[in-house]
Amino acid sequence: MAGIYPCYNQMPLTEEKIKKLTEKAAEIRKSIIDMLIEAKSGHTAGALGMADIFTYLYFHELKHNPQKPKWEYRDRLVLSCGHICPVLYATMAHAGYFPITVLKTLRKFGSPLQGHPHRDYFPALETSSGPLGSGLSQTVGMVMADRIDNGNSSGRQFYCVMSDGELDEGNSWEGAMLAGKEKLQNLTVIIDRNNIQISGFTEDVMPLNPLVDKWRAWNFHVQEIDGHNFTDIDRAINEAKSIFDRPSVIIAYTIPSKGIPEFERKFEWHGKPPETKEEISLALKAIHTMGGKMKTLNDD
Amino acid sequence: MIRQIFIESFLMINHEIKLNSKLFDGEVERISMRAGFGEGLVQAAMRDKKIVGLCADLAESTYMDSFKNKFPDRFIEVGVAEQNLVTVASGMAAAGKIPFVGSYAVFSPGRNWEQIRTTICYNNAPVKIVGSHAGLNVGADGGSHQALEDIALMRVLPRMVVVSPCDAIEARKATMAMAKTDSPTYIRLAREKSAVITTEETPFTIGKAQILFRSGVKNQAGRNNDQHSKRIDHESCLDIGIIATGAMVYRALHVAKKLDEEGKKVAVMNLSTIKPLDEDAIIKLAHEARAFVTIEEHQIAGGMGSVVAECLAKHYPIPIEYVGVNDLFGQSGTPRELMEHYGLSEKAVYEAANRAMLRKL
Repeated sequence: MAGIYPCYNQMPLTEEKIKKLTEKAAEIRKSIIDMLIEAKSGHTAGALGMADIFTYLYFHELKHNPQKPKWEYRDRLVLSCGHICPVLYATMAHAGYFPITVLKTLRKFGSPLQGHPHRDYFPALETSSGPLGSGLSQTVGMVMADRIDNGNSSGRQFYCVMSDGELDEGNSWEGAMLAGKEKLQNLTVIIDRNNIQISGFTEDVMPLNPLVDKWRAWNFHVQEIDGHNFTDIDRAINEAKSIFDRPSVIIAYTIPSKGIPEFERKFEWHGKPPETKEEISLALKAIHTMGGKMKTLNDD
Repeated sequence: MIRQIFIESFLMINHEIKLNSKLFDGEVERISMRAGFGEGLVQAAMRDKKIVGLCADLAESTYMDSFKNKFPDRFIEVGVAEQNLVTVASGMAAAGKIPFVGSYAVFSPGRNWEQIRTTICYNNAPVKIVGSHAGLNVGADGGSHQALEDIALMRVLPRMVVVSPCDAIEARKATMAMAKTDSPTYIRLAREKSAVITTEETPFTIGKAQILFRSGVKNQAGRNNDQHSKRIDHESCLDIGIIATGAMVYRALHVAKKLDEEGKKVAVMNLSTIKPLDEDAIIKLAHEARAFVTIEEHQIAGGMGSVVAECLAKHYPIPIEYVGVNDLFGQSGTPRELMEHYGLSEKAVYEAANRAMLRKL
């Protein structure tokens, strides 16, 4: 059944594939910056920081079908931290869910691409999100429903992408506790550990460390990875799928605003787009040339 | 003489809808609405495999335990975590289930309102929220546990259906009806056993209000009594209309009986669906009565009375007296003491009815 649909996760991650994923991630970052500049509002840092992981998921790992978004046997990806939706939208557009030109409607009236994801406007989404801390519980509910119908053998994987900042929310840990209790082996939580949130560094606003210990205490299998290294991501996802007695969490260390050196690691870029002429030019130059490594069309 | 009055009042009951014939007996049967819900959930779940149950450590007192025992594989205990309760349910609904989530109304929807808003209503997920222990009748547990704001919290949410049954039988029917819809739905249940008003035969439809009592009409429409039918159609054939929800319907019926015995013409409406509102029925009754009393175990602000007022201010403004809790928290006491203290006693309703009649234009 699955064979007739795009099914990326059977393929090994070759050097050639890594090169392709790297190129795809660069295109997705371009789209993210273009759409944010056009929208004149939105969240830059997390969206750019998670581009590699989203690229890996949609172009290598997930069982999904852009032509049949509600395909019953698809893996589920729930974006809990809805504010980084530019990366979700851009990745889904590049994967073929909708034309890339639609990305320019981000945050505009009537757009399927609402400022924070809304399933009504874009039914291919697994859920609506924005208010933080509720995505993990929803994913847990999806896994529980799947288990009632199919036991643990449906073959579906359930991914929940969370930000580190939203771990401040009690609801996040309520979901984690239930996932641990129920030993949800098909669940993998991916945490964007970029160490920033809207008003500062996470460890200043509300310390999360020791983060690994916290997740272990909820009976999760915990891995830490470089969220920009495809080999690392691939190894961790495969390890997560091989764990059969508990849910998994992958703490992915990422660089906020990855790809624009001037914006990187600065919490000020959590919730705004490049706005001034100078910021826009910095962003475009960095993103369109991959930090000067490539020529842009405009340079010709 | 007393016997005579009893028979007269009994005849004012709407026989078409087959209410409890012992309604005005001193020994009217009392059953917990929660029991009605618990029974309804099991019956609905037997018919529909998609139904699952989730509870936040209160399976016994919300009467979800019969579902839990009968369908252990479809029951999830989330612990004392109401935000998780509704968000997990939302995820299950996204995966094709019809989740019923049970807790006390102060916690759910009290504590988890935003999660209900975003993950259930915004997503249009068919999650059924069961808020038990609503109202002052919680009694001794005190104000922290007496939900008086839940109708307001739920009715303001787009897509949310709000049901407040008047007794255990209606609670069971409402539960089974909710299970068949795709809408996010809230059902409000009392802790105390409440008088049985309806019977198995009484019709129930979500979104339909019912007249339970009407003075001067011994046979309801459809019984070929032309003279009475004409009277119903005629405007202002009543002195007062009483609209009640939940267990307060029983109080409304008693006040109506008293007013009727005094020669007033009165009708009682059971507004068991607060949203969507049966506007037609309310407007029709407003034309007939031209003065209302609303009764609810809830804050006056944002509650059922407000719903009625919003409707009538637009379509047919008439004086309304609101019986409810007036911007106060509850406290410990017996239900009877609390009803008296907060102005929801039979006497308070009777006085409100008289005030409303005096204000009539």
